[in-house]
Amino acid sequence: MRLRAIAAALIFCATGPAAERIEFNRDVRPILSENCFACHGPDGNARQADLRLDQRDQALARGVIQPGDASSSRLVQRVRQDNAVLVMPPVSTDKKLTDDQKDILSNWIEQGAEYQEHWAYIKPQRPAAPEGPAGIDHLVKRRLEERGLQRVPAAERRTMARRLSFDLTGLPPDPSLVESFVSDSHPDAYERLLDTLLDSPHYGERMAVHWLDLVRYADTVGYHGDVAVNVYPFRDYVVGAFNANKRFDVMTREQLAGDLLEEPTSQQLVASGYNRLSRMTNEGGSQAKEYLAKYAADRVRNISTVWLGSTLGCAECHDHKFDPFLAKDFYSMAAFFADIEEEGVFSGTGNWGSSVRVLAPDARPAMDRIEQQLAELNPAVEPPPEVSNQDLEQVAAYLREDLLRWRLLDPDRVWSDCTHPDFEQCGRFALEEEADGVVRVTVSGDKKPTKSIHRAEVPLEAGTLTAVALELFPTGDYSSFDLSEFEVRLLGRERWPVRISLTGLVPDAEEAGSMLRDTLDDNYHTGWGGKWGERSSRTAMFAFEAPLTTRPGERLQVTLVGYSRDGLGLPSRFRLLGTDSAFPELPPNGDLRLAVLADGERSEPQLSALQEAYNSLGAFRPDWREIRRLERRRKQLLDSAHESLVAKAVDEPRQLRILPRGNWMDDSGEAVQPQVPEFLGPLAADGRRLSRLDLANWVTNPDNPLTARVFVNRLWKMFFGTGLSKVLDDVGSQGEPPVNQELLDWLAVEFVESGWDVRHIVKTMLLSETYRRSSEPSDELLASDPYNRLHGRQTMSRLDAEFVRDNALAVSGLLNRSMGGPSVKPYQPTGYYKELNFPKRVYEADLNADQFRRGLYTYWQRQYLHPALMAFDAPAREECAAERGVSNTPLQSLVLLNDPSYVEAARAFAARIVRDGGKSAAKRIEFAFREAFSRPPQAAERDVLLRLLEQHREQFQADPAGAEQLLATGISRLPAGISVPELAAWTSVARALYNKHEFLMRY
Amino acid sequence: MLNPAFNLKQTRRAFLGRASMGLGSVALASLLKPDLLGIQPGVSGFPNAPARVKRVIFLCMAGGPAHLELLDYKPELAKRSGEPMPESFTKGQQIAQLQGKELRILGPQHPFKHYGNSGQHMTSLLPHIGSIADDICIVRSMQTEQINHDTAHTFMNSGFRLPGRPSMGSWLLYGLGSESEDLPGFVVLTSEGGSQSQPIAARQWNSGFLPSIYQGVKFNSTGDPVNYVRNPAGVSREMQGDLINAVSELNTVQQGWTKDPEIATRISQYELAFRMQMSVPDLVDFSNEPQHVLDMYGTQGGDGTFNANCLLARRMAERGVRFIHLYHRGWDHHNEIKTLLPKSCGYVDQGTAALVKDLKQRGMFDDTLIVWCGEFGRTPMSQGSNPDLIGRDHHIKGFSMWMAGGGIKGGHSYGATDELGYNAVENVVHVHDLHATMLHLFGIDHTKLNYRFQGRDFRLTDVHGKVVRDLLT
Repeated sequence: MRLRAIAAALIFCATGPAAERIEFNRDVRPILSENCFACHGPDGNARQADLRLDQRDQALARGVIQPGDASSSRLVQRVRQDNAVLVMPPVSTDKKLTDDQKDILSNWIEQGAEYQEHWAYIKPQRPAAPEGPAGIDHLVKRRLEERGLQRVPAAERRTMARRLSFDLTGLPPDPSLVESFVSDSHPDAYERLLDTLLDSPHYGERMAVHWLDLVRYADTVGYHGDVAVNVYPFRDYVVGAFNANKRFDVMTREQLAGDLLEEPTSQQLVASGYNRLSRMTNEGGSQAKEYLAKYAADRVRNISTVWLGSTLGCAECHDHKFDPFLAKDFYSMAAFFADIEEEGVFSGTGNWGSSVRVLAPDARPAMDRIEQQLAELNPAVEPPPEVSNQDLEQVAAYLREDLLRWRLLDPDRVWSDCTHPDFEQCGRFALEEEADGVVRVTVSGDKKPTKSIHRAEVPLEAGTLTAVALELFPTGDYSSFDLSEFEVRLLGRERWPVRISLTGLVPDAEEAGSMLRDTLDDNYHTGWGGKWGERSSRTAMFAFEAPLTTRPGERLQVTLVGYSRDGLGLPSRFRLLGTDSAFPELPPNGDLRLAVLADGERSEPQLSALQEAYNSLGAFRPDWREIRRLERRRKQLLDSAHESLVAKAVDEPRQLRILPRGNWMDDSGEAVQPQVPEFLGPLAADGRRLSRLDLANWVTNPDNPLTARVFVNRLWKMFFGTGLSKVLDDVGSQGEPPVNQELLDWLAVEFVESGWDVRHIVKTMLLSETYRRSSEPSDELLASDPYNRLHGRQTMSRLDAEFVRDNALAVSGLLNRSMGGPSVKPYQPTGYYKELNFPKRVYEADLNADQFRRGLYTYWQRQYLHPALMAFDAPAREECAAERGVSNTPLQSLVLLNDPSYVEAARAFAARIVRDGGKSAAKRIEFAFREAFSRPPQAAERDVLLRLLEQHREQFQADPAGAEQLLATGISRLPAGISVPELAAWTSVARALYNKHEFLMRY
Repeated sequence: MLNPAFNLKQTRRAFLGRASMGLGSVALASLLKPDLLGIQPGVSGFPNAPARVKRVIFLCMAGGPAHLELLDYKPELAKRSGEPMPESFTKGQQIAQLQGKELRILGPQHPFKHYGNSGQHMTSLLPHIGSIADDICIVRSMQTEQINHDTAHTFMNSGFRLPGRPSMGSWLLYGLGSESEDLPGFVVLTSEGGSQSQPIAARQWNSGFLPSIYQGVKFNSTGDPVNYVRNPAGVSREMQGDLINAVSELNTVQQGWTKDPEIATRISQYELAFRMQMSVPDLVDFSNEPQHVLDMYGTQGGDGTFNANCLLARRMAERGVRFIHLYHRGWDHHNEIKTLLPKSCGYVDQGTAALVKDLKQRGMFDDTLIVWCGEFGRTPMSQGSNPDLIGRDHHIKGFSMWMAGGGIKGGHSYGATDELGYNAVENVVHVHDLHATMLHLFGIDHTKLNYRFQGRDFRLTDVHGKVVRDLLT
């Protein structure tokens, strides 16, 4: 802590502590908290000599402090003591007061030993200052002037454009935007640029990154096998909330208690998923009670850090050592969440409790249209008691027309492929084709296998495919069928197998507790299966998300994964069909198929199958074909929907007790009801049990002294580099008294009075002169305020992990700006998930446009976060992370140098440079600099790159194979018309730019 | 190769350990933005006591080795095998998979024997380790606090049950810096075999709230040895060198007009990255190991086995790596302890003993600490009823481990469990005590190595831990 002390001394030595009025919160509390409170503070169990120094009356009552008389105060005597036995703090604590600190205590007592309530627990008042951004400048300038410091000049416009763009969107500015801003002489040019960026949908993405760290959003459960959990709609909710500028109090209510709102919308339910983001376990042998206690504690830590900036989590085992939180407060806070339906230990890998199904964002408008059309077309008509033959013929004709569009997909290659690490011992199978495209599987060896992976490849011709159907037949080997995963890939179009998105899943019959869509979830523990019973076949249809135009030479690869814990059912005889029907029906089987295909007389069973189809198709309704088409489409959209965890309140909340020393096995503690921390409350309960909604309302009550301060403090850090109170997750006694409390309070009051308007407060900050300073320090500021705590300049900051990636992709032109949806998988080193188990995981990078999505959409595997994100300090999100570290390590260099994502981006950037940068190398380098850094190169920089270009051009000309290999990195297409060595050499130039320090920086 | 003009002079202790470069070389930077650098004054004061060792090789037997078959022979357990476990032991105690099951005593499933001049009493399944019995100190009174693998590893590594605190390797680097100039100071190697492989989270080598320069780096047994250490396809070593040179030159130009203190660090990190790219292939190239050494370890090297990892560990130790953490995922014997335990032992026995012998013959044994330990032990009670499939459940109240190397009493054993091997009752050694003792061997007073986070000073041993002096020479 030495440097911090020096800094403090540098800041305050201009006037000297002795000369001015000592302020308890600013000057005294930090000393007492750091050195005394652990034994003479709030924690009653740890208190020594029955003395507490955090409360004036108690300290005075014990005679330790004599106001106005320092020398007879025992506190001063003891801290000035030379005797090692008597000196305070005791030698054994390793704590030692400096002479300055002793003087401060002494002077404070001389001045009357006035206490102040801890600053963060007093409701902020608006200090006198001009309205709007000028208020910020006024309060900042005053502190600078007090120290006799001058702020630096404003940053130049290019720098400003970059700063604004990174700060508001996490993306580099478009070069044309920079140029038009630079040449815009209107006085409101800056504000217009600011508004443009605030209006960008990427604003929500940028703001979400920080919030997702706080609420610890991730795609996996965290404990043990760290398996996947569906909750990405929550991430999209957060992005959307910032973009819609949802009031912060509303956001808070929706997240803490969206499910408790009156008639909650699906988005409010999704928001309530906040309550389900803590880690969860399914490990056998875990005790539910222990894990329920862990989940409860996690929630207390989270809400208190996120909204209150408080370390209430420290009161799990004992009263807080520094702040007035009691252990009872910890458990009373936990009790707010005791109504959430959950398991201590979940079973299986696919069920993580209450959830809601949510449509993908881009599917919502289509769904609305369909619903509307259906409402118009769909008069509720009851099926008639008697059905005429003519009606049945209509149905038969409809089904025949569709059925005849189905074609046999006749594989020319079938095999068993057990290369998945969990399937290595999946048994030995022989696959052979019988007549009519039917594939027969035989098992060799004595053990009955429980896992299988069968693959079939079908040669394609020119045409269209809109769906495939799978027919399964019993063989007598198994009493059940079990299809765990189903997958369709197209071979021969790209250099890799293209996975076809499947939606519109129709089984011939639903099975209890086992759904067809579970065959698409990449989790082989879940799937579609059931008893064979009397049936002679089972059929399932998988419609493609979009029609596939096929070409000769291409092949369809279909994979069937079977997993049957009890060994009762694996796919053992199957056939594949394909159709080009725009809205395909499941190909009928059994009697219905016969009925549909029959020319003349139909048997009784056939007629009744037809009758059943008549009813299930709703063929008695007018316009039934059109209705059927819309229903198909709706089904397809619904199948593309994903589940998202939500909070669901149970009728009987769990009874929570204070756990002595945090011991979950000890039931002897007092029972508690939901309540806010005693010293900040209590909240009137009127005899009823307080709910999460009450908690949310208390958190966002304008009288709450913490919430607004904590939030604006973090915004300040986002845009100015350091919080006004530096410790973002603790505004308590051990945190830092704000370096400019008036400013913090001004911002907090402004925030609340604006109606918790996040965008307003962001804009106010960014319109300030303070924000627009250059980040280059003057010598004077460097000497007097090296940490830039007085904000005489801007702070230089490194981009967050996600934005490092986004920057490279944006500059390369590869960036896919689409928003939301399931998390995506960029390239990742092979075997990175090797240490995961139950089940073992194979990481499959997205070999499509999703490869180029923004970093915030990366699949967030808590135990093995993507190594490129981790290298740049993205947190695993196992716990709340209020602040990311900012490191500078060789692993970062390795990522930027060698990660295929960056190499591919560099070659794509190189192609742009060659194509759009002009003819000469110098011109192209200038173009590249403007794209990458929004500025022209200096001569020296240009020369470095020209030299590199020449060297590498020569090398690649001598080694064209090497150049080919380099350019083969990644999946994006190579441009035509550029010589390979030339493009490879420019790729080196682009890589040099990507690795330049400036590329990581926002100045 | 690199243009010498840009070959920054690196101190021996530079890599991943800027803290150890001394404040002088980074004074400007630290004044400008100390948090960016992760410089924490105070760490320069270590070691603050005489150091016995320079490095540790921590052999984690992940899954929970059965101490009652391996290191802690209990005649009473054998005698009463099959009897109900007295409730006096188990009442109110944490139980994992045996929750609600009938609890019966299970005698040792494999014979023990005496080894070495010291007559150390150990399983017959580890004859190679038996051959170094006079070098090791067995602790039979370990205790931990977490009963599930994930949390128990977290506790064993960071001294706390929740994620977010630094792993012990990170603490050590934070305190002492690294001695390697081209390798990370804290590395992790994994292998598996012998039982179901429980997952290991990357959190186990995370630097938690410490700056991420102290993070452990995992070496892969397949693919690239270290993530992203391989040049892009088609780019030769020379070309990569050219590129890094160009980057450094560009960065140097930028230094001419900005006071960004991070540029200097960035330049040196590229140097280090390049050196790492150069040195890692050499590190994992076993072709210069003589056949008799390979035979001693029982590996040809580079095959991802525990034995190969032991050999790699020695090579890393020679190159100055401070904390080498091996995990062998293969000790979770809930079942088939009769047939599977010998397999697990077979995976690790030879390599472990070879490592100790090899370090001795190279004169490195006396300044290396070797720890052989699981995240917990296994119950005296049986799991499963079929005698052929029987195993043991997780157990935290008493288990065994051993240590060897600098400052450790060889041929010695310490502590004891009760007559049924349930509770550590004599000279109990808690995980915190293990940590305190390890740091002590490095010359670090565990109560003094602190880091301020969320308003509190944290340390590896939380507010606990005592140095177990009886283990030390």
